[in-house]
Amino acid sequence: MLTIKDLCASVEDKEIIRQLSLEVKPGEIHAIMGPNGAGKSTLGNVLSGRPGYEATAGTVTFKEMDLLDLDPEIRAREGLFLAFQYPVEIPGVSNMELLKAAVDARRTHAGQEEISAIDFMKMAREACKSVGLDQSFLKRGVNEGFSGGEKKRNEIMQMMLMEPTLCILDETDSGLDIDALQVVARGVNAMRSEERSFIVVTHYQRLLDFIVPDYVHVLANGRIVKSGDKSLALELEAKGYSWLEDEVA
Amino acid sequence: MSAVFQQYASDLAQQQFGISWLADARDGGLSAWKEHAWPTRKTEAWRYTSLLPVENEQWQLSESSAETLSQEALSELIDMDAYRLVFINGQLCEPLSSELPAEVVTFADANSEQQAVIKAHLSKVANQQKHLFAALNSGLLHQGVLLHVGKNQRLDKPVYLVYVNDKADAQLANTRVLITLETGAEAQVIEHYFTSTDQDRGWVNALTECSIAENASLHHYRVNLESEQSLHTGGIHATLAANARLNGFTLANGSRLKRIDYHIEHLGSGSDLQLNGIYLPRHQQKVDYHTCVEHAVPHCTTSEVFRGVIADSARAVFNGRIHIHQDAQKTLAEMSNRNLLTSDQAQINTKPELEIYADDVRCAHGATVSQLNDEALFYMTSRGISEAEARVMLSFGFVIELVEGVAIEALQHWLRPRIAHMFGQSDQLTRHIIHE
Repeated sequence: MLTIKDLCASVEDKEIIRQLSLEVKPGEIHAIMGPNGAGKSTLGNVLSGRPGYEATAGTVTFKEMDLLDLDPEIRAREGLFLAFQYPVEIPGVSNMELLKAAVDARRTHAGQEEISAIDFMKMAREACKSVGLDQSFLKRGVNEGFSGGEKKRNEIMQMMLMEPTLCILDETDSGLDIDALQVVARGVNAMRSEERSFIVVTHYQRLLDFIVPDYVHVLANGRIVKSGDKSLALELEAKGYSWLEDEVA
Repeated sequence: MSAVFQQYASDLAQQQFGISWLADARDGGLSAWKEHAWPTRKTEAWRYTSLLPVENEQWQLSESSAETLSQEALSELIDMDAYRLVFINGQLCEPLSSELPAEVVTFADANSEQQAVIKAHLSKVANQQKHLFAALNSGLLHQGVLLHVGKNQRLDKPVYLVYVNDKADAQLANTRVLITLETGAEAQVIEHYFTSTDQDRGWVNALTECSIAENASLHHYRVNLESEQSLHTGGIHATLAANARLNGFTLANGSRLKRIDYHIEHLGSGSDLQLNGIYLPRHQQKVDYHTCVEHAVPHCTTSEVFRGVIADSARAVFNGRIHIHQDAQKTLAEMSNRNLLTSDQAQINTKPELEIYADDVRCAHGATVSQLNDEALFYMTSRGISEAEARVMLSFGFVIELVEGVAIEALQHWLRPRIAHMFGQSDQLTRHIIHE
């Protein structure tokens, strides 16, 4: 699914990711944890192709393609999805318009027909319901005036409609109360399948109680310093990150 | 040079056989026209808009009439239930116009009562000493439309005035509208200016005067979508008596010269003005909106919102002035002008002005100039949407709120795809913002 080899990446000429390697197989959930400034969000941004996040060395292979060579929209159409840490408010563009355009783009790219307005409406209403958003959110401007929790639910709703093969959740749990957290987790769990993989970036072990990962990686100073199974997350919760940084040093 | 053109236009006026009972109005306009100091780039009101395109041509008065329009031009008409009057190159086209109610009449067909109304109000709303092209319009006065709604009457359908031009040479069409609403009257008017060919090099000088009496209400829509080579001058002038309401909407693309003035006076306490405008110049087009709202009396409200999306090497001017006189206590006035520049070469000169001489008022004004939001662009492309489509959706999103405020649904439906196509020429780029 995704193979990252010795990836180095910079933001504004400052190196953030340093020789990071990671292998994600179909159906797996990888959690990436780590202290502030470790490069967690940068990894998600580099993978999704955000302008200004430059890969300077290494390779990323996604479904046997050179991911770094693809424009952001092509990455998305190929099935990579980033749930934003800070979803952007876009007044004037309705959630519905954005979602239909997104789903159509993905389908057209895969050689499928565009979805009819009626079928799409049905799908969108259902997705709304499953993340606990009122249907009125479909008509509102994208994230416009949404609360923090509503924005994150909206991200999960988009993810459901786009049916990606690789989902990157960038601190989707930050700023969520326990109810919203469960909604998000339910959404993710419902989407788990043998063909779909997840990279869950988080500060806290809490989310991993609900989304149980196959692997946990600790990112510090731009590289993965420790990998393990879900018990590693519990250990981190108890001991913090500093012992790891000491261990590596 | 300028004086030469003023004389030239005066000579044109002399060649014309106008309606005889309007001779006084013509003379008044002509003398005001000749007395105007010709604007230069040092004239504040014309600082960013050059009149050279007007001065540099040998204009002839447009007189040719046509019986019909091409299919393509016909399909540009707004499909709605309305009293329609179609003017082609300034001349009334009867086959395309509908039966008119008693409230609507052309100047040529006005009966003696209607002539009296016209004489009583014509050039009383627009100040010809201040507005150069209003003066010229009166000087060349020939065709015109009167909408006169009597006391407490409500016109059952909108009046739809269509002005189509298709002249490849330098012809001037001088158009005039007079709207008088008596106490408690209500009406809706759409003025629609367009060119049926991209080659049109004509000039339309359009003047609308609205006299809105106590408790009367006017919805006025002005759409200017003309070819790049065409010229448009003139404006909309209105006076509001006590508790009168004017709800205005205007949309324009740009052209070689396009200058539209709005001049509105609150003359009676409790009157309310809402004015929304959208300008969307692209390529090398220019568009210039000057608005002026006079608050002469207390307890009136103004809400004015103009938004512009300026693309390519286009240039736009917005000058919005609200003038609150000493007696206009308890005025509520707000003006906002937001601009989106979608290219590095696009230009906007915006100047919101608030001049306040009363001490108990609540006023706000502001202007912003921005570019497409990179974060929003990335967000959309990260959802698989092409950058080109994302740009179209964002540009459209910048102005759509004002379109959704249009009360006539048929007009809203007509506007949506046309605005969308100004941002993206192919259906691929607009199909997600045009809802069927």
